[in-house]
Amino acid sequence: MDLIDFIIICIKVVLVFAATMLAVMGMIYAERRISAFIQNRLGPNRVGPKGLFQPLADGLKFLMKEDIIPTAVNKPLYLLAPAMLLIPALMTFAVIPFGSSLTLFGRQISLQVANINIGVLYILALTSVGVYGIVLAGWSSNSKYPLLGGLRSSAQLISYELSMGLAIVAIVLMTGSLRLNDIVSSQQGHLFSWYVFKQPLAFLIFLIAVYAETNRLPFDLAEAEQELVGGYHTEYSSMKFAMFFMAEYANMITAAAFTVTLFFGGWDIPFVDEAAMGNWGALLSGIAFILKTAFFLFLYIWVRWTFPRFRYDQLMNLGWKVMLPLALLNIFITGGILTIIS
Amino acid sequence: MYTNFGTVFIFVIIGIILVAFPLLLQRILAPSRKTPDKLTTYECGEDAVGGAWIQFNIRFYVVALIFIIFDVEVILLFPWAVVYKELGLFAFVEMMIFLAILSVGLIYIWRKGDLDWVKYSVPYGRGRYKKLKIVPKQVPAVVAEIGDRGSTIVDVTTS
Repeated sequence: MDLIDFIIICIKVVLVFAATMLAVMGMIYAERRISAFIQNRLGPNRVGPKGLFQPLADGLKFLMKEDIIPTAVNKPLYLLAPAMLLIPALMTFAVIPFGSSLTLFGRQISLQVANINIGVLYILALTSVGVYGIVLAGWSSNSKYPLLGGLRSSAQLISYELSMGLAIVAIVLMTGSLRLNDIVSSQQGHLFSWYVFKQPLAFLIFLIAVYAETNRLPFDLAEAEQELVGGYHTEYSSMKFAMFFMAEYANMITAAAFTVTLFFGGWDIPFVDEAAMGNWGALLSGIAFILKTAFFLFLYIWVRWTFPRFRYDQLMNLGWKVMLPLALLNIFITGGILTIIS
Repeated sequence: MYTNFGTVFIFVIIGIILVAFPLLLQRILAPSRKTPDKLTTYECGEDAVGGAWIQFNIRFYVVALIFIIFDVEVILLFPWAVVYKELGLFAFVEMMIFLAILSVGLIYIWRKGDLDWVKYSVPYGRGRYKKLKIVPKQVPAVVAEIGDRGSTIVDVTTS
């Protein structure tokens, strides 16, 4: 590894971070606009053309607001919690491949920041670290609503993490690798080699679990505003509140990208051989990846403004009594079929 | 391989900067006019009664315990899934025995009623929660999650 490689890596890291932040801002804008259209309103349309600069104005406002730390809180943990939530949320994108490889000046550059051999475990581990942020925020605030929100959220996250992990195990069974690159390349070829067609049950379980993992409706009991005010971030204000907000959206973006990678062929365009097309292929694959991810992000917004919230006992029943046995059954079926085939 | 984890490390550093920089900027830009009223804990405009560091419902603890058992199982399944195609039928049979044992555990906690979130409403719960019954009682000031229905749960066999 020489200096140029290092520079390339740094450029990629910065680009991915910039893209994630831009996507977070885009998501905040899209959420408000699309929700407005669903409810037959206009939504923010004053700041910039069509209200496009609204997220920037929001960010500026967060920055200029007074930061209030209540006297009753446990200060070290209270300050640690937003960072614990946001840093893992931003780090998850490091292992997701967002395009085939690019050839520039005789160097092959893969469109992925870190091609580590335990990509799947890396993402699962980081999403688990996010739970600490929520629990710490809920407990350290020393207020009733955050405590209830934090408890509910942690119980929900750990319940659905199991089904999510088991759904992914079925994919790993078929691929035989935890490297996300291998998972993408094993889905290349025609349309039906995507895992969504080979593993429909795993996809359904994974999709539902991901909604619960990102605390989105219909599973947003952690911050059910009608009963819990703001949930685990009730006591946070200004920039720290913005961090919870950003972490939520960053989590959604990585979750959508992860769904695309696992089940929808990642950057793969069906019936097209991207590697043979050189740089244009890389560009097209990148665009395909962005479009697929954008679709899942739209699905998040669509679901949020269409479905009512679950009740907590329904949520727990679904997680433990429906999804967990189904996920186990899915592993059994997948393993059985693979043994029969070989 | 180590280069790739090095890249992840760069990611961590930039992530920390991205968290620290706005906080620093906000510290410089934002006004700070604190009053004792501003620094109180939020409780719908009233003065907060008591703290929040109380004993919370044991159900959360039970869920966490069950989670740990099954999470260990998931962790064990990942390496098994990676080498599955090389080991073939042997790996399948062995893991299915393991899964069957764990499924017995799942069925046990299911039958005992530990997976039911509402343990006392309709026909007074199942499994080990059969003995629970609703008894009306004075509502305490600070209650966590369940007691706010104007009732409490007692074990009728002991009281």
